[in-house]
Amino acid sequence: MATIKKTKRPELDEGGMGYLQSLPRRVVTVYLPLLVFVIVLLFPFYWMTITAIKPNHEMTDYANFNPFWVVHPTFEHIRYLLLDTSYPGWLLNTIIISTAATFLSLLAAVFAAYAIERLRFSGARQVGLAIFLAYLVPPSILFIPLSVMVFNLGLYDTPFALILTYPTFLVPFCTWLLMGYFRSIPFELEECALIDGASRWQILTKIVLPLSVPGLISAGIFAFTLSWNEFIYALTFIQSSENKTVPVGVLTELVRSDVYEWGALMAGALIGSLPVVVLYSFFVEHYVSSMTGAVKE
Amino acid sequence: MAVSSAAVQPRPSILSRSLSLLADSRNALGFGFMLPAAALLLVFLTYPLGLGIWLGFTDARIGRPGIFIGIENYQYLSDDAVFWLSVFNTLLYTISASILKFALGLWLALILNQNLPFKSFFRAIVLLPWVVPTVLSAIAFWWIYDSQFSILSWALMEMGLIDHRINFLGDPVNARASVIAANIWRGIPFVAITLLAGLQTIPQSLYEAATLDGASRWQLFRFVTLPLLTPIIAITMTFSVLFTFTDFQLIYVLTRGGPVNATHLMATLSFQRGISGGQLGEGAAIAVAMIPFLLAAILFSYFGLQRRKWQQGGGD
Repeated sequence: MATIKKTKRPELDEGGMGYLQSLPRRVVTVYLPLLVFVIVLLFPFYWMTITAIKPNHEMTDYANFNPFWVVHPTFEHIRYLLLDTSYPGWLLNTIIISTAATFLSLLAAVFAAYAIERLRFSGARQVGLAIFLAYLVPPSILFIPLSVMVFNLGLYDTPFALILTYPTFLVPFCTWLLMGYFRSIPFELEECALIDGASRWQILTKIVLPLSVPGLISAGIFAFTLSWNEFIYALTFIQSSENKTVPVGVLTELVRSDVYEWGALMAGALIGSLPVVVLYSFFVEHYVSSMTGAVKE
Repeated sequence: MAVSSAAVQPRPSILSRSLSLLADSRNALGFGFMLPAAALLLVFLTYPLGLGIWLGFTDARIGRPGIFIGIENYQYLSDDAVFWLSVFNTLLYTISASILKFALGLWLALILNQNLPFKSFFRAIVLLPWVVPTVLSAIAFWWIYDSQFSILSWALMEMGLIDHRINFLGDPVNARASVIAANIWRGIPFVAITLLAGLQTIPQSLYEAATLDGASRWQLFRFVTLPLLTPIIAITMTFSVLFTFTDFQLIYVLTRGGPVNATHLMATLSFQRGISGGQLGEGAAIAVAMIPFLLAAILFSYFGLQRRKWQQGGGD
């Protein structure tokens, strides 16, 4: 079975005609711009980190301390965040909501993608197009009617409000991604199984799903990240402090009146970003290749 | 493969036979498989979409269902200077941010497509701004743009480029530029990585052939890279435009639409009127007013894509 696993695309750009370029020219056209890009893209994170561990008196005293460095690093802000605020609760909420929404969406998306891509029922193409269009409907135009619905269903201020509404953007996305993945599994495998007398259900669970584990993982990571980052629904449907998610909690609860506690804010932003960053750093290669698969129509 | 099958069992009952018939019918099975996704999407996407359009025609408030008032909301909005300002802001924000995101993203993709040391490391790093929750990185920008302790102001003053602090978010022009810059910062990775994925599907042999024919570096880009990349550019930029147009989080964190509504986008205005102000009907009307723009963007990129396919002599 190993042979039909998605083979890694040969790196077409490996070397290429790069040898035709001289080193000074490469420095100017490649390395220098890359350096600028990396510095600009990473600076906010550096600034976030350095602020999170900077004592308050250093933070605003630019005359005596170089702001780009920290002289007496402190964990005071992080301690305050984790012990004196509801931050751990928000983290827990976000984890529960994201995990539940991801599982729900993946489950629905696997069946939908398989039906559209492989069962080819009448109208499968149209349904596939509809799913794609559903992904283009932005939360910004849905949050007002959804808030009315959430309120009428009695879900307001509960995690279920978010677990049930996040699939509106997760299901189309995961379905689309998995459709691309299923397409890469050869038809012949399914035909063989059919001849051997396997049912559609057996084909899905014993052949297609084991082969699409990488696709499932990337769809899952995507869905988890999207739920983790979601803001407008969480801001609209959740009111009480203990039910908030990390992005909403940090913004609405840590900013009090005019005194901005930048250290705690930055620590909150940093810790709230870590889980998704760690997830990505493990699966980044996966991510790029699955993106290619999904984009390459 | 030892697979038990309903078909070889002796004398199946009517029930199991009809069940297996059902399981063999692509349409019945397809319907069953589509059911969970379709139910979720119909209830929480299609229905709210319709409800939103309906709410736009009512005077609903929070805690009051509201009655049908025809196009009164839209009449009111058409006389509302703040609404038109938000439309202008949204267009300005979308167009300038998208163009810059595309240009810089393509540039970064071309750089990353070179043979670099630590290639995968750079790719991973470049993705970071896109991975991190927008709200949290926007908070970092909020601190970077702080009126008193902005690190940018300080650095520029140390270098002697400016002599007083820049009021990043307090001045209409600066505030617009600042939120656009933050949006570009967040958007570049998505464009770059998707285009990079597209670049890697272009066979190296085409470049070699063109080089043998005497093509310059610019010609290589213009006549090999760009045409082959167009379909992916169209998809990427459609998404980028859509998400920029409907952006909410960045503005909500950085300026909440201020100063004097200079950075209000349609989405933030819709939230302010609909949720904070409680005028659900009016908020919904503003949200519905975004739909024609979104459709225009989708159709534009769709037909742009079609035209390109035809030019390349490809089928539909």
